[in-house]
Amino acid sequence: MTDKKRNGGTATKAAPGKNGAGAATTRPATSYGTPLPGPVIEPPKRELLPGGVALIRDDDGNVIGPWPDGASPPKLSRELAKAWSKDQLLAVHRFMRMSREIENKVINLYRQGKISGGVYLGRGNEATAVAALYCLESTDPVTILHRDLGAHLVRGWTAREIFMQYFAKRDAPNFGKDTGLHLGSLERFSLGTVSPLGCMIPVTLGCAVGLKMQGKKAVGLTFTGDGATSLGDFHEALNFAGVWKAPFILIVENNQFAYSTPTGKQFACARISDRAAGYGMPGTTVDGTDVLKILNAVKTAVDRARKGDGPTLIESVTMRMRGHSEHDDASYVPKGMADAWAAWDPINRFEEYLMSERILDQVALDRMLAELSTEIEEAVDWAFAQPPNEGPEAAEGVYA
Amino acid sequence: MAVKTYIEALADGLREEMVRDKSVYMLGEDIGQYGGAFKVTKGFLDEFGPERIVDTPLAESAIIGVAIGSAMMGMRPVAEMQFADFVACGFNQLINNAAKMHYRWGAAVPMVVRLPSGGGVRGGPFHSQNPEAWFCHTPGLKVVAPSTPNDAKGLIKAAIRDENPVLYFEHKYLYRRIKEEVPDGDFAIEIGKADIKRPGADVSIITYGSMVHLSLEAAKKLAAEGIDVEVVDLRSLLPYDQQAIAGTVRKTNRAVVVHEATRTCGFAAEVMAFIVEELFTHLDAPVKRVTSIDAPVPYSPPLEDFFMPNADKIAAAVREVAAF
Repeated sequence: MTDKKRNGGTATKAAPGKNGAGAATTRPATSYGTPLPGPVIEPPKRELLPGGVALIRDDDGNVIGPWPDGASPPKLSRELAKAWSKDQLLAVHRFMRMSREIENKVINLYRQGKISGGVYLGRGNEATAVAALYCLESTDPVTILHRDLGAHLVRGWTAREIFMQYFAKRDAPNFGKDTGLHLGSLERFSLGTVSPLGCMIPVTLGCAVGLKMQGKKAVGLTFTGDGATSLGDFHEALNFAGVWKAPFILIVENNQFAYSTPTGKQFACARISDRAAGYGMPGTTVDGTDVLKILNAVKTAVDRARKGDGPTLIESVTMRMRGHSEHDDASYVPKGMADAWAAWDPINRFEEYLMSERILDQVALDRMLAELSTEIEEAVDWAFAQPPNEGPEAAEGVYA
Repeated sequence: MAVKTYIEALADGLREEMVRDKSVYMLGEDIGQYGGAFKVTKGFLDEFGPERIVDTPLAESAIIGVAIGSAMMGMRPVAEMQFADFVACGFNQLINNAAKMHYRWGAAVPMVVRLPSGGGVRGGPFHSQNPEAWFCHTPGLKVVAPSTPNDAKGLIKAAIRDENPVLYFEHKYLYRRIKEEVPDGDFAIEIGKADIKRPGADVSIITYGSMVHLSLEAAKKLAAEGIDVEVVDLRSLLPYDQQAIAGTVRKTNRAVVVHEATRTCGFAAEVMAFIVEELFTHLDAPVKRVTSIDAPVPYSPPLEDFFMPNADKIAAAVREVAAF
């Protein structure tokens, strides 16, 4: 953590950090003409770019958004990979790939008119979703968002279940009563998310607190987007978590846009993770296209929480590579932004690393993709053939 | 058997449930060391400890959200809103989360939200409301509103044992003003069951909460005039006891619906619609309602007195219906 650096040192010793952390200045005169006593600490400066998106730096001061420095991304760190076995890295990679391949299929099915309602995809977000869940035990309570398909896969949801959801089948995890990736199961400690994002932050915190009351060492983890960081529940829940020193992790998937609203119109701080200090917890901003950095950040937070050292706020910066939903052409995204991000695709970056380290080769990758394709096609056919709802089932299940 | 006030009976019910079931815990603002704004939980911190009597920061959405999450993980939270008015700050958690979880993906949310409600205490627009109708329009929630010490105890036990989110409207005007003999030990009152607080033959008053007492007062006056009033206390609003309403309307053929909440889209509208749809041919007179007027709850005594129902207003409505 680099809280010190980000806060620009102490009140008396002004030392602007790489993030534009501000200097201490004398308080301005009030309207009465009398200067207030003592210095003021300027917050880290936010840098806005054309199109209203805010420049974001990671903990080391590297620009990681709205589009990363340089045309080609750096190789992932061998040092960070040391914490994980080859099998673990390959498992993470497979989940990321499976997430991408299922979503590719979903796009086709949506265009064929086989999926009702909206489709919200997580392209660009696979590293965050998979890495976060991979650091948890299967009994750690989570709420996984609608763009976190990879996280659902880590938690054990199958392609068949996912497609039953999309086809709104009677026997789908949500019984045909709720959409897409809102699927939930108490057996899997995986709560069904809701559409007003941010509202599941206090609920997931409540899961962690409730299990702690029962003497269990569980860690609660949930996600939110950059958009929902403006919601009261974000602040209320982080404040509760800080006061209670709860075993809780919030990952903000900062993908640059809340529907069409750029980050510059959403918050005035330099980074969302800057807010962590206000809740008395550590905060960190990581490159959301670097799966090893996310694994490392979440693992650190999980270990902290499990030891009883309290909550962590993690901001993972990436780009939403599709529209808000598939009907949205995202014409509001500044020209060139999506192209710049495409070079930082989290799956490509990870595969390049795995191949350069000889953990994966093209033959193995092709074989895996063929296996995934077979699994997905089988799941689609099976799920599509499942029975639909009968209308009167709409009245069932209102009460437990 | 001992004489208990409404607030004592409620506290007894809470305490007995906490002793009976280790998964029951309470959370809210000032409920621990301070014992709650109304002292419902006085002494609970010493008896049960800070792990089970949890003082929270002041944020209703997080209080209710945390209650929901812990309920799904096996706890039975009882969340206190310091005043029912403040539940508006936690509204979304109840409407979009608590009420829909089971329907959407099968997760039961066994939790209770306690809401000290009601006026007559000169509390003004933010400490006097009766917002039960907001929640009666939300499938997935249950809503109860006890009027007596016995019902307060029996319904808090039933609410805690229910597998669903239950909103428990406790009327703060009644806390220390109403007392009666309450049996010792364990008893629960089934949610959804009304109670006839006074049998009568001529006109039915269908009501709940603090208005039960004003209705009984009105019934006493009217008895002297030769009008025999039956007072039906709904006790539960969601679900509500349609059978009991049908029973009393078939018996008296005349009905007045009374509540302290404001008029338009108040719970009386639902009761009257039910009567008109199902019992029209049993009616000898139009159904009337007595409610607060459509305004925020005002502060000054003359304004609040005008705003709220009283025994005279109820009696006048009953006379009108009886004379039709």
